[in-house]
Amino acid sequence: MTVEEDLVPEVHVEDVPQEAFTVIGRVPEGATREEAIAHLRAAARAVRGRDIRMVRAAGLGHIGGEFSVIDILVTLYLDSLHMGPELLGDPDRDRFILSKGHAAAALYTTLAAAGFIDPDDLSTFMQPMSQLNGHPARTKIAAVEASTGPLGHGLPIAVGTAIAGKLDGSARRTFVVTGDGEMQEGSNWEALMTAGNHGLANLCVIVDRNRLQQGARVADTNDLEPLPDKLRAFGMEVIELDGHDHGALRDAFANVPAASGKPTAIVAHTMKGHPISFMSDNVAWHHKVPSAEQVEAALTELEQS
Amino acid sequence: MTATAEKKLHDCRDAWVETLVELGQADPRIVAVVNDSVGSSKLGPFQSEFPERLINVGIAEQDMVGVGAGLANGGKIPFVSAASCFLTARAMEQIKVDAAYSEHHMVLVGQSPGMAYGELGPTHHSIEDLAWLRAIPNLTVVVPSDPEETRQAVRWAAQHDGPVFIRVSRMGVPDVNPAGYEFAPGKAVTLREGSDVTLIATGTVVSRALDAAELLASRGVSARVLSMPTISPLDKDAILAAAAETKGIVTVEEALTSGLGGAVAELVVQHQPVPMRFVGVTGFAPTGEVGWLLDHFGISATGIAEAASEIVGA
Repeated sequence: MTVEEDLVPEVHVEDVPQEAFTVIGRVPEGATREEAIAHLRAAARAVRGRDIRMVRAAGLGHIGGEFSVIDILVTLYLDSLHMGPELLGDPDRDRFILSKGHAAAALYTTLAAAGFIDPDDLSTFMQPMSQLNGHPARTKIAAVEASTGPLGHGLPIAVGTAIAGKLDGSARRTFVVTGDGEMQEGSNWEALMTAGNHGLANLCVIVDRNRLQQGARVADTNDLEPLPDKLRAFGMEVIELDGHDHGALRDAFANVPAASGKPTAIVAHTMKGHPISFMSDNVAWHHKVPSAEQVEAALTELEQS
Repeated sequence: MTATAEKKLHDCRDAWVETLVELGQADPRIVAVVNDSVGSSKLGPFQSEFPERLINVGIAEQDMVGVGAGLANGGKIPFVSAASCFLTARAMEQIKVDAAYSEHHMVLVGQSPGMAYGELGPTHHSIEDLAWLRAIPNLTVVVPSDPEETRQAVRWAAQHDGPVFIRVSRMGVPDVNPAGYEFAPGKAVTLREGSDVTLIATGTVVSRALDAAELLASRGVSARVLSMPTISPLDKDAILAAAAETKGIVTVEEALTSGLGGAVAELVVQHQPVPMRFVGVTGFAPTGEVGWLLDHFGISATGIAEAASEIVGA
């Protein structure tokens, strides 16, 4: 299949199960660690269920990399970020940038779960004149801090907003998620040098390390390893963790800014397509659109996850 | 031989940095972002006064423009300043996405554009920038012609809530705008009235168009001279009026003729077709200093007058 054929959408609104999706909201104040993790697990399950139905309905999307990053997004927006619909105009809000903008459906669904987007609007994903473009645009959605899509843009922007926060003496933090394949872009390493040299402790770079890019394993094109060592050499405080472990993620996010005064780089080991058995760690699911039967099977697996 | 040679010439970078320092004193949000280009951007005075507000990312143009966009997100007003050849060619996708598509209030300052680097050669010339940048939606492209216009364009960009590119001349230029001149974005400036032919010029070579008009007058040809400080958006009314009221248009630029020339032609051919000639750079330059190169490409009083004569048949 050529790229062109692959990107012609076949819209399947009619055969998508239309379960209700509502605002889930943040982890309640005063929740115990166990309660917080349970809240995030349930939210991530709901976000994945809505995401796969959106991609099926639109006939387009990047479901593999969406499922690898959803636990990171949900933990940030429903727990770790000092950011909510009431804080959109607050200069001291935490910033989040999804540099791997092709996972837009995961971002939109998470933003709906967090109350930034009307959940009913998710059904407009990629439809004519929708605000929910195939890649997130800051001019279309107030909660989107940076327009992304071409790879290697989000991290330099995050460095800029972190420098601005430092100049202002603000306590705000900037989080940015890159894909691991995306780290092949040289602009990211330019930005990491800047972050390290400026001692941007208010910056946290999360690499969604699912080991797969669009057409191959990252190791088989232009390998990143030893990635943690490289990040350390660029002046980062490096944390490696399971990117599907909500407890580990919230602990790591809570440690930003690092006591060392360095920017934090989290290598989040994830699985593309997680946790669906027939998608997980399978390069074919970068932007494959599931059949109606595959949606049903995935939703069943999600219920049991 | 030209009037230009007798006038005092200015490096517009001096006006640029004086203005940026004034803006910086008045507004703490003003910051500068550079790629090891403090010297070539003449930003020393800004760096001395506001060391923490001069962000030097080193030789990393993509990072530079992205950092600028992030500073805008963080509430700053960034002036991203670098040699125009590197700023535009190396960071084009960041200019498209991070500045223009994102509609950030940020100012991209292309220093020493055109063939200002003369003998250093086409790697360091920025002759493509006007054609490239006018193709990008949302981006205002300003090409000041003298120090006063540079000052006013920089001041305007600091308060305009959107992305702006300003091309700042290093090659010496005389004052061409009249006393009391006020820059208006998207508006042409009529520097000389005329009824036979119109010369539409931008930036560094507006003075050469004025010299050409003088030469044409000596031959009995009345040439209107429009200075076009904004390439995008264009002043359509002024251009179409010139097309209607004179026999044709000669565009004049220190850039590939697909810059100003292409922009004017796209408009004229649709709405008021008249004969046109394009004076500008037509290929990668041979070795030579900038004044010699301008003459080599016919971007001179005689070259411009010759193009105008083809239209009026004089």
